[in-house]
Amino acid sequence: MSARRIFTAPARLAAIPPYVWMVLFFLVPFGFVLKISLSQTAIAQPPYLPVFGLSEGIDGLKASFAALSLDNFRLLVSDNLYLASYLRSVLVAVVSTLILLAVGYPIAYGMARLPRRWQGIAMMLVIVPFWTSFLIRIYAWINILQHDGLLNKVLLALHVVSKPVVWLSTDSAMYLGIVYSYLPFMILPLYATLAKQDPSLIEAAADLGVSRIDAFWLVTVPLSLRGVGAGALLCFIPIMGEFVTPDLLAGSNSLMIGQTLWLEFFTNKDWPVASATAIVLLGLLLIPLLVYDRLQRRQLEAR
Amino acid sequence: MTNLTATVADPAASDAPVIAYPTPLLRINGVTKVFGAHSAVNDLSLDIKAGEFFALLGPSGCGKTTLLRMLAGFEAPDTGKIELNGEDIAAVLPHQRPVNMMFQNYALFPHLNVRDNIGFGLKSAGLTRLGIDTRVAEMVALVKLQGLEKRRPDQLSGGQKQRVALARALARHPQLLLLDEPLAALDKKLREETQVELMALQRQLGTTFVIVTHDQEEAMTMADRIGVMNSGRLQQVATPRQLYEAPASRWVAEFVGDVNIVEGGITHRDSHRLTIAGRDVGTLFAIEPRQPVGDAVICVAIRPEKIRLSRRGPATDLVNSGAMNSLEGVISDVGYLGGRSLYKVKLDRGATLRVALANTARLDVDAYSIGERVAAWFAPDDCVVLVQ
Repeated sequence: MSARRIFTAPARLAAIPPYVWMVLFFLVPFGFVLKISLSQTAIAQPPYLPVFGLSEGIDGLKASFAALSLDNFRLLVSDNLYLASYLRSVLVAVVSTLILLAVGYPIAYGMARLPRRWQGIAMMLVIVPFWTSFLIRIYAWINILQHDGLLNKVLLALHVVSKPVVWLSTDSAMYLGIVYSYLPFMILPLYATLAKQDPSLIEAAADLGVSRIDAFWLVTVPLSLRGVGAGALLCFIPIMGEFVTPDLLAGSNSLMIGQTLWLEFFTNKDWPVASATAIVLLGLLLIPLLVYDRLQRRQLEAR
Repeated sequence: MTNLTATVADPAASDAPVIAYPTPLLRINGVTKVFGAHSAVNDLSLDIKAGEFFALLGPSGCGKTTLLRMLAGFEAPDTGKIELNGEDIAAVLPHQRPVNMMFQNYALFPHLNVRDNIGFGLKSAGLTRLGIDTRVAEMVALVKLQGLEKRRPDQLSGGQKQRVALARALARHPQLLLLDEPLAALDKKLREETQVELMALQRQLGTTFVIVTHDQEEAMTMADRIGVMNSGRLQQVATPRQLYEAPASRWVAEFVGDVNIVEGGITHRDSHRLTIAGRDVGTLFAIEPRQPVGDAVICVAIRPEKIRLSRRGPATDLVNSGAMNSLEGVISDVGYLGGRSLYKVKLDRGATLRVALANTARLDVDAYSIGERVAAWFAPDDCVVLVQ
């Protein structure tokens, strides 16, 4: 009650821009996509029907509404191609997130344990790759991984392998690319929670007869779960919709949902099915978000 | 410093019956710890007996916490030895020492409830599940936290957190319990109650307590012996009464309690009585301290409550014979503190004395007021003569 009174009228005005932003750049485009997903494909400009307009009066608008249908969504469920793409996306996102966690946690932990003045530098080193365009970095990986690329040259020179290994167009290359691109998103939230941890808790654990390794699992890890959740979400959600990395680094035999969407939109010119694919993807991504939100709320209530 | 409990090893007295002094529980021998260019603890030696309640008292940054952390094993001494039960524990890691610490900020695990916090160290102590439950219940009862076992630390008050921290530190039945400013976060009333409870608990358990504090009242109330530290060194180790009534140095006299310090020189000495020319005070009579002082510049410490005031001075023959010190002056300030009042007396010779008088009557029509002429008088016994 009293906390609300702090927000005077001008302070409330300051809260408006984010809502305007959300309406203009999320809600309105989302409405377009939703509408298109309920339309039928057509050889026309734009390539779908019906197109809403007032040229035929209110009755025409009513007819347009009546023409909307869920056919595209039915297609998504009936054709295994889409189901397989969604499953592959979930699989890739889960596996990548687990690898990212396994790689990112030790790095974040190490950073949090550095002397204060080194932590800023370590943080910079994590962020610096962002200064180069994402695409350029993926192309650099192609260069490294290709048949006569750097990796094969080094391996041959060291006599680890006798003939060049096929790296490119494999799932390994794709996972490598994804983990490489998303690592900062995993490290930064983990680092933030780990750096905040009171070091005297570890001393207390040691004082109570618990070895360093046990103290890590009994104290450090449970207290960093919030960061684990945030990092996992920050990685999982965009990886679900990944398009560029799998397209450039993975083989072409199985597609992630982002690639399928691209195909429908640009190759098949089927905007309605592409839109339906996007809407379902959005719905799927709400699940982990809601779970995280629920967990966090429960944690707050426990306080 | 004090080697009160050191084993006597005097070859000349080998025929005499050997008095077996017990080895102290803890022996700190010539310990030094340097951080960068700053030596936090400087060649410090100290013995602590089993069952003792020992306080390390000193201003912040005096090295007392560093010393405590070395006892817990979080810091290693650069030189010197720390022995527990006669064994060097330098190489013993914190989690293997029979020593537990209660942290200043309590360091309770925020993700665990009271029960799991207290039981945290019991599994590694080799207790069974049943044993852990029993021990936790004992500890909960000991610190009177029944009914709060399921609470998380952030659902507890400051006093309750302090109890959880204490119970957790005691749960493993340590030989030595270290307490780092255990009461600093509590308000005054709760602090005083907790002091009494801690003392009762220590007596009940018989565990050796070493407490670090900057609060002299706390140290005086609770401890059997106090070690006063300043800039990494022990200034004096003594019982609270010795510390207050017979401070070893001017620094200790000024650090512990309120005190009037008069600088001066000895002009005459006969049969343990010193006649001193005090600066801005005049002639003072004092008893020669047990450790004789040279003719160097000395100072005299007089506690404010040892001085009495009256409108007429004591009998002149008492003063003339040196049986009483009497100094004339004018009241310059009165501070009413409830149980006692603090007067400042501007002496005719220039110095200002602080005098504490108990307010024994509720209606004190006879109280001294500012501007009034008084005689401040005190016995030579009440003067502590210290080397500058």
